[in-house]
Amino acid sequence: MTDFIRDLDFYQLDDWLSSEEKMTRDAVRRFVQREALPSIERHFANETFPLELVPEMARLGIFGANLKGYGCAGMNNIAYGLIMQELEACDSGLRSFASVQSALAMYAIYSSGTEEQKKRYLPEMAKGKLLGCFGLTEPDHGSDPGGMETRARKDGSHWVLNGTKRWITNGSIADLAIVWARVDEGITGFIVEKGTPGFSAADIHGKFSMRASITSELVLDEVRLGESHHLANARGLRAPLSCLTQARYGIAWGAVGAARTCFQCALEYAKSRKQFSRRLAGYQLVQRKLVDMLTEITKAQLICFRLGQLKDAGTMRPEQVSLAKRNNVNAALEIARMARDMLGANGIVNEYPVIRHMLNLETVNTYEGTYDVQTLILGRDITGESAFD
Amino acid sequence: MKILVPIKRVPDPATTIRVLPDGSGIATDNIKWVINPFDEIALEEALRIKERQGAGDVVLVSIGQQSWQEQLRTGLAMGADRAILVKAEQPVDTFAVARILAKIVADEKPELVIIGKQAIDDDSNQVGQILAELLGWPQATFASKIEIADGRCTVIREADGGLETVAFTLPAVITTDLRLNEPRYASLPGIMKARKKPLKEIAVDTLGLDLHPRVKIKAMKAPQKRQAGRKLSSVQELVQALHTEAKVI
Repeated sequence: MTDFIRDLDFYQLDDWLSSEEKMTRDAVRRFVQREALPSIERHFANETFPLELVPEMARLGIFGANLKGYGCAGMNNIAYGLIMQELEACDSGLRSFASVQSALAMYAIYSSGTEEQKKRYLPEMAKGKLLGCFGLTEPDHGSDPGGMETRARKDGSHWVLNGTKRWITNGSIADLAIVWARVDEGITGFIVEKGTPGFSAADIHGKFSMRASITSELVLDEVRLGESHHLANARGLRAPLSCLTQARYGIAWGAVGAARTCFQCALEYAKSRKQFSRRLAGYQLVQRKLVDMLTEITKAQLICFRLGQLKDAGTMRPEQVSLAKRNNVNAALEIARMARDMLGANGIVNEYPVIRHMLNLETVNTYEGTYDVQTLILGRDITGESAFD
Repeated sequence: MKILVPIKRVPDPATTIRVLPDGSGIATDNIKWVINPFDEIALEEALRIKERQGAGDVVLVSIGQQSWQEQLRTGLAMGADRAILVKAEQPVDTFAVARILAKIVADEKPELVIIGKQAIDDDSNQVGQILAELLGWPQATFASKIEIADGRCTVIREADGGLETVAFTLPAVITTDLRLNEPRYASLPGIMKARKKPLKEIAVDTLGLDLHPRVKIKAMKAPQKRQAGRKLSSVQELVQALHTEAKVI
């Protein structure tokens, strides 16, 4: 497959990047081009995740890259965002894998775990020796996680969990699941290791999107856990939602990568394909589309950069992440659809990466808070009126 | 073993190069700069030699402006131990580069210099050879395999007619060909560590060398655009065209 992963920097944002940030981006891009890109279409076709890439991703330091200590690289959030951008320039599934491992599973332990839990799990997760997933969504509770039905009850010194989680990225390949459950006081989290009696994961098949990513259902049937597996510092829905804020941050960056690949592919196609008397790129209709794409990508890049600065300064608000996720993913989806259209019949085959990105972005638009849920979050923020219920 | 790896900053091979209208050089705004890919292969080989031997010191050197330290930092992030930037505001030609490197070699006393066979910007393919001559050291150019044991080095080099094996004693200069290895990319922890590694700056005029240019660039032109081909209807027509137009038969 032709490689369309390259820079698009119309506003010279590179001038704002430190040499470390640029080095990080270049290293991940090189990894993607050399190791991930050659096999991604095969994995997408076969509905498999490229597990063989995990050791090299770990060596690079991608997992938990923006966490400090516990074997993590300790990069800043701009560098972390650039990592996500380059991974998703290859495939949203590859970025999802890294997001779930880092921003959801590792971050949950990092922010709500005991010191012992952090020491036990985080270094192994950074090394890619332990893979994680994040069980919040349920079959009947997607946008409304507060209505979750999974319950944990105390039984002596143990906890007993019952319930079902659905749409869980990495579910069946994970060594541990962060599972959120209702208790008498509200909502709390648990670390459920693979092989725990009563715990099972089954893959969801028939996906038309995110096919190079594993999506599973987790079933918890009288799963007994000791207090050592309880994220005791996670109290209330705020704990999982703070993980989602981390993941949305990475998604906002990642979407730019997918959009960029679609743009570069459409641009190259338009410059090389001739119809009627001239190349496609010479038609005003085509130029208009390319310029719209460029403009939206540039705007999304600016949002990401500023959001990263705020996150590094510690002043980022979750609502600001919602705006970025909502805008950037929606823009990426529109760009992918436009690119698909510009490629004509070639836009529907896997010789070009466009339709794969287009299909993937439908998922990205939905997960970690749909486009509409982000709208309600922002609507509440500016009006003071909650429209959720 | 101490290994010196000279690296040059060049435009990313994927960058579209534009020649300035006055022909004095190329437009450098908006260019992405990288380590010359052949030098990157040299660095990778130096790192592998160090890893095989379990110890060693890989020293990078580059000659250029302050901004060149970005490429030195990348090399440090890949795993080099320290770096030297010889600061020169004006471009230096290959002979001057070799003289500067010879001076750095005299100060650093490495047992081996590994350098790319050429830089992908001007493709001169001279520095390694001139440097070996200035030092009076053995040289092996276009290396596709390097083995070192007991102070002796065996290099398989890519010659025109096939592969040539040469053996010599160290110290020596080796220039790298494309097939020697596939360079690693820097890891994120490596990038963080690179920040703390020593990078020494030396002003070129403190070296006391005669660096007046032997080569002057008089003009630069973009290569002629390739003409589109045309379809011919018969073999006769082709033969005719090859004879009268292309004048090859």
